[in-house]
Amino acid sequence: MRRFDALHRWLFRWRSDGTAAIVLDRRRIYILPSRSGLLFAAALVVMLLGAINYNLALGHALVFLLAGIGMVGMVHGFRNLHGLRLTPGRCAPVFAGETAEFELLVDNPRPLARRMLVFAADPGHPATLTVDGRQQAKIAIPVPSRRRGWLVLPRVRLSTRYPLGLFTAWSYLQPEMRCLVYARPLATPLPEASASAAPGSGAGNGGQEDFAGFRRRQPADPLRHVAWKASARDGGQRPLLVKQFAGGSETELALAWQAADPAQDDETRIAILTGWVLEAARRQLHYSLALPGVTIPAASGEAHCRRCLEALALLP
Amino acid sequence: MSASDDLLSREEPPWLFAVALATTLPHTLHQPAWLSGLAGLLLAWAAWLWQRDQRLPGRWLLLPLAIGGCLAIVAEFGTLFGRDAGVAMLVLFMAMKLLEMRQRRDAIVVVMLGYFLLLTHYFHAQDIPTGLWLLLALWLVTAALIRLHAGRIGPGETLRYAGQIGLQALPLMLVLYLLFPRVGGPLWGLPQDAFQARSGLSESMSPGSIGELVRSGEIAFRVRFDGTPPARPLLYWRGPVLERYDGTSWQVWPQRRPAETIEALGPAIDYETTLEAHGQRWLLALDAAATLPAGATLDGRLSAQLAQPVEARRRFRLSSTPAYRLNRHEQPATLTANLALPPTGNPHTLALAARWRDEEKSPSGIVDRALRHFRNEPFHYTLQPPLLGRDAIDDFLFRSRRGFCEHYAAAFVVLMRAAGVPARVVTGYQGGEFNPLDGYLVVRQSEAHAWSEVWLAERGWVRVDPTAAVAPERIERGIAEALPAGEPLPLFIQRHADWLRGMRHRWEALNNAWNQRVIGFDAQRQRQLLADLGLPDADWRTLAIALSLAGAAALALIAALALRRQHRQPPALRLWLRAQRRIGVHCAPGETPLALAARLRRSDPASAEAFDPVVRLFLLARYAPTPNLYLAALRAAVARLPRRRSA
Repeated sequence: MRRFDALHRWLFRWRSDGTAAIVLDRRRIYILPSRSGLLFAAALVVMLLGAINYNLALGHALVFLLAGIGMVGMVHGFRNLHGLRLTPGRCAPVFAGETAEFELLVDNPRPLARRMLVFAADPGHPATLTVDGRQQAKIAIPVPSRRRGWLVLPRVRLSTRYPLGLFTAWSYLQPEMRCLVYARPLATPLPEASASAAPGSGAGNGGQEDFAGFRRRQPADPLRHVAWKASARDGGQRPLLVKQFAGGSETELALAWQAADPAQDDETRIAILTGWVLEAARRQLHYSLALPGVTIPAASGEAHCRRCLEALALLP
Repeated sequence: MSASDDLLSREEPPWLFAVALATTLPHTLHQPAWLSGLAGLLLAWAAWLWQRDQRLPGRWLLLPLAIGGCLAIVAEFGTLFGRDAGVAMLVLFMAMKLLEMRQRRDAIVVVMLGYFLLLTHYFHAQDIPTGLWLLLALWLVTAALIRLHAGRIGPGETLRYAGQIGLQALPLMLVLYLLFPRVGGPLWGLPQDAFQARSGLSESMSPGSIGELVRSGEIAFRVRFDGTPPARPLLYWRGPVLERYDGTSWQVWPQRRPAETIEALGPAIDYETTLEAHGQRWLLALDAAATLPAGATLDGRLSAQLAQPVEARRRFRLSSTPAYRLNRHEQPATLTANLALPPTGNPHTLALAARWRDEEKSPSGIVDRALRHFRNEPFHYTLQPPLLGRDAIDDFLFRSRRGFCEHYAAAFVVLMRAAGVPARVVTGYQGGEFNPLDGYLVVRQSEAHAWSEVWLAERGWVRVDPTAAVAPERIERGIAEALPAGEPLPLFIQRHADWLRGMRHRWEALNNAWNQRVIGFDAQRQRQLLADLGLPDADWRTLAIALSLAGAAALALIAALALRRQHRQPPALRLWLRAQRRIGVHCAPGETPLALAARLRRSDPASAEAFDPVVRLFLLARYAPTPNLYLAALRAAVARLPRRRSA
């Protein structure tokens, strides 16, 4: 079995570090008659017998021309894949249960259009692509995600039946691509925000009531907090400024492993936390995340949200 | 493929309607009218549903329709199998499948049925127009198959691609056509309906039967002589010999005869004859047949016969000796049979013959006397003789005196027999027309003829053609010259249609080339071809090897055509390289065009003056947003460069 796996890897490996382009050469392309090809061949045999039996010279010619057309179709089917350059692209993270889309960049260096290229990952739906001559196109290979964590792109079968459908030409691709699958969120009410002036979080940093001056804008600050008038003084020489507030209910939401219902199993708690992170991000709150072994200090913004989701997704 | 990909798109069904129409339409000429009507209705229904974008009918409607159609076919043909019933079933399936065409699978079945239906047209004709029509239909069917597998693609591109694939398939087709081992004859018994009624000579002759045949311009056979062809009056092509006369019609005597003895009096003439299918066994050899092809025999009356009826165009090699003596010593039984007359009837004829027998001393004198009679009395040669009464020979010889070759031959034989000279009627063809384009002698049904043979002691059976006595032009120059104007001859062979004749010669030479080279390529020609290629006595093993080698070569050619790389560089780059070659500089790796220009200004200021605009235009043509605007100027600038000094 192990030997078979080795053979399999040798046959179908990407033959690169998984990120460089590969070119489909003749060693990578397989071709066999399709079901309609077998039907066609059977029809030709019957037609040939008829032509012989009734001594139809033109019948012979027709059968031979059709056989020739079938052979040309085979060569053209092979040509439809031959010389394609495939480069692994990106794959945006998805939530478990959604469909991950692995992007491949397909480059057609020849002047002929490559039609009806069907990409299918092992479990997954096929995606069809046509690349015009000397053009590039992106194909997103859909793979359903089930569990949180890294989803490794399974072996992809790139096949085509173009032009006549009598032959299926195919090639196996195994680029080293993986997609981050976030845990499936579970919508539960957010825990109470602790209105604490946590030490080290900066005086009045997160308050929203009393104006306490300006500070330089950080990328994480929402645009609507920018003090446009103040920033525009001095002929626009100043950096963007953000109003700072002090006192009142300066809130920081601490999302902690312990806060999620301890009665549930681990996966459900991760789902609850994921739901909280999403909700907090939606409300543009300032929040921190504390997980067993990982602690993410409070912040806000999209990058912070992604970081939290990733930490949740990759919990052992 | 997922389920949604397997459903047909909106643009695909019209292709399949066209496939169904193109492949079934020619069958309307041969199939029962109700079937054409039914298939047409089903096709129109499918197209209407498509046009209205409505759902196809369900099984509950299609199943009774299919069963009803099959029952009707059984009622029409008596079976569901066999050739014509099978074709009818295919047509019915094709039409019904259009109403069941939801998925790609169904459409592929329609295309395969279309390919199959193409073959069935050849049951009826294999001529050039059929070949051309079916080539067009094949193109369409292949385009439909491409359309089913190419996603979104325009009709023009589909057709162009189908044509390209067809052209690339030609070498492989040629290889297979020439080298695939040909099997002669049927693999299993041919059904009775494999052959249609054919026109040709029959084994009996009654007044008017040959006159009927003569009205047809169809070709009976073509002959190619190896050497000089014999003179036209010698071109007697012998069919059945009719010896039995019952008062109205002449028939072949079914009795077997001992083999004839033929003495050749001159050299033999070799020729090849290509018989059209006539449904009978007569070989129609030139008198007198000397060597026959395998499978053919003489029937004791010098008529060459084949073992099997000629049901398809066939080619034979023969030789004949136009000067011959036949059966100088004839069986007494044969002579008696050729003296027999019906016990009653034609009293005037018998009386005339009795008078001649008394007056002439020898049988040959009687023959001459009869020919003189035909020549001197006012006999007319016409295709439209008046009706004859019960004593037909009396009526013809003494009252109407108007008739056609069969009348003259019959009357002459009756006269001879009554005068005691053994005589018989020979039917066949006389003459023929040389096509000046390919040198073939074309013999038509209109050359059908009847003549006589008399048996004279020491000379054997001697041909006597009483028609020649009445209308010598018939033998010398052909039937169109012999008949008066206004006779109902086929348009093609009429006398004053010279412009038609030229066109006809061309068309027939083309058809003949098609028949001989394409249709007539059989096991024998294949062996000949291989012998010419240096593979004599090729058996199937040699053929298989030759076929594999040539097939692999053809496939390699196809692959080379399809997979050749296009190494063409962009035009601006090509011009840039040409400019460098022209003034003899080389852009070093890493050197920009501007740096090269600067270098050139230092080393060769004279060339640099002309080179500067080239550099400027090259950069524009290569990198400007609209590069094509500068190509013409760049080309002109490169052309203005001084030639490299021959250093």
